[in-house]
Amino acid sequence: MTSTSRYDADDRGYFGEGGQWGGRFMPEALLAALDELTAAWTEAMADPSFIGEFEAILRDYANVPSALYEATRLSEQVGCRVLLKREDLNHTGAHKIRNVLGQALLTKRMGKKRVIAETGAGQHGVASATAAAYLGLDCTVYMGAVDTRRQALNVARMQLLGAEVIAVDTGSGTLKDAINEAFRDWVSSVDHTAYLFGTAAGPHPFPTMVREFCRGIGDEARAQVLERYGRLPDAIAACVGGGSNAIGLFAGFLDDEEVAIWGFEPGGDGVETGRHAATITAGGSGVLHGARTYLLQDEDGQTVESHSISAGLDYPGVGPQHSHLAHIGRARYAPVTDAAAMEAMALLARTEGIICAIESAHAVSGALDVARELAATKGPEAIVLINLSGRGDKDMGTAIEWFGLGDAQKDVEA
Amino acid sequence: MSTTPAFERARSEGRAALIGYLPAGFPDVPGAVDALHVMVDAGCDVIEIGLPYSDPVMDGPTIQAAAQQALDAGCRTTDVLRTVEAVAATGTPTLVMTYWNPVERYGVERFAADLASAGGAGLITPDITPDAGDAWIAAADAHDLDKVFLVAPSSTDERVAMTTAASRGFVYATAVMGVTGARTTTSDLAGPLVTRARALQPKDAHLPVGVGLGVSNGDQAAVVAAYADGVIVGSAFVRTLLDAGTDRAAGLAALRTLTEDLAAGVRRGDAGGA
Ligand SMILES: Cc1ncc(COP(=O)(O)O)c(C=O)c1O
Repeated sequence: MTSTSRYDADDRGYFGEGGQWGGRFMPEALLAALDELTAAWTEAMADPSFIGEFEAILRDYANVPSALYEATRLSEQVGCRVLLKREDLNHTGAHKIRNVLGQALLTKRMGKKRVIAETGAGQHGVASATAAAYLGLDCTVYMGAVDTRRQALNVARMQLLGAEVIAVDTGSGTLKDAINEAFRDWVSSVDHTAYLFGTAAGPHPFPTMVREFCRGIGDEARAQVLERYGRLPDAIAACVGGGSNAIGLFAGFLDDEEVAIWGFEPGGDGVETGRHAATITAGGSGVLHGARTYLLQDEDGQTVESHSISAGLDYPGVGPQHSHLAHIGRARYAPVTDAAAMEAMALLARTEGIICAIESAHAVSGALDVARELAATKGPEAIVLINLSGRGDKDMGTAIEWFGLGDAQKDVEA
Repeated sequence: MSTTPAFERARSEGRAALIGYLPAGFPDVPGAVDALHVMVDAGCDVIEIGLPYSDPVMDGPTIQAAAQQALDAGCRTTDVLRTVEAVAATGTPTLVMTYWNPVERYGVERFAADLASAGGAGLITPDITPDAGDAWIAAADAHDLDKVFLVAPSSTDERVAMTTAASRGFVYATAVMGVTGARTTTSDLAGPLVTRARALQPKDAHLPVGVGLGVSNGDQAAVVAAYADGVIVGSAFVRTLLDAGTDRAAGLAALRTLTEDLAAGVRRGDAGGA
């Protein structure tokens, strides 16, 4: 990749002046594989036949480009235009399919026959199992033991798709430990196995490669808004776990300085309680999973366990480009609590008939506050674009518990 | 202090050096110091003290379990430095093996200064390669510390040359593609890697090559000692203490027996050296 903007990484994967963020803090054993991957990916991205095949699969198989939808009833609630980028309508129900099809296609091109992946909510695991089935690759998915319990439906989906799911009960038994385990597998299998990294974090080239496979979100949305409204949105918003859906959206708008960029982090019980996963808001600079980035850590640099109602956001690190964008102020990041996200999930369901993923509900909640402010200053023509990164089927168990749903009314009181 | 004299002595005795690893704080801080003293006593030439870390990607289940136990018991970075001080006082060169984030958090320069004043010989950095290690290299050089980087069977010749040129003390050859843990057979990838690490290092550097990952008894140590300058053992030591559970005396006795077996092994292998 040649750097095209001051927001991009240099050749060694460092973002920011003096190489503050990103890089490759990895065991020597994996550096040859990362070099091989970087070379293969760079070459593929310059090959029109690879790009053509990627775009054709996205179109014919994954239902991409996704729709841009003006949420009129939601807009009425806040006083200006709210647009939803409908990544929830993609095949497998989330933005993740873009990244995974890109990486799986690259795996085939590199002549490897097996893929491994880590997953939190299970969405990336399902997407990986799907891509592996579609392209005829063997697939092993590592998932924290805690997450296998709260996302049992996705475990079953992966198994039906032919993937082997391995529950990881070391450490906190969540996403970060699944990543550790996947790296361990990769060290011993790297000659025939590709690691389909699930988010725009980790060592170079993953943060940039995942962004490029996801950047269709932002490029499509930008063109769709321009075509329909003849101008750019005033603000865009996405939820930030590791940061893939967010950076995919942001990538399309980084050079449009007049567009305000918002990332919403999982605030859990509230940042002040310490039970959250608001990495940029409350973390500090450090090295985790191969990159220097913001992370939740204690005084000794030990990773602190994160908490979020949403397994897909429950990660104590974040992609290094987000750290860079936060550091220089190009994007702003703010926490949204579990309660606020669940409220937004219900609001979206009732005003628009869309049940979104709890991850995405974080973006909806934060973006509605932004929209109210914009409506107050710029009036009803202001546009706020939200990335609806995924659908909520997988989260119904959580919703049932949270809202006490599922018991039909038995009889009508006289 | 540096590890160099220990390798020179082993070489002059026509054998490989025995390098023993235990995480600090396991089973607790004083327990680790006792165990490390037994390892010194029973024949380790160089000691590696692991800094327990929450996300040890390169470690297998045995070492991770020990490190987690240490963390759960409250082991802190300062406890690691205290442990180094207690072991280095025996005169045996003592390195810290650590993932990077705790060092960065402590402060790279401050860590190097405190390690040096505790009598530590240097650092082994499993997730820092020389091309990502500017800050550490500068601090190590300023405090006259060993920089032990890793080479792997997958390393290109170019990377082996770069890594050996940046290392001081010795270079750590990971003998298998995989994480730490005792293995029943040693790897056939190790010999060729040692040969490359010798051939591709700067002329006249004579940087010793230690081989790690998997050795668990004297016979395996003898095999590795036949071609390497140092035999690195970790999981097998940790295992003796894990197996002994709360019986500290039994754990130390088993540790002594294992160390003696390994020390005899490195003396059996036909002359280590280059
Ligand atoms: C629907 C959805 N959105 C967002 C995320 C968070 O990931 P990222 O921050 O990489 O977009 C996930 C992860 O599982 C997800 O399933």
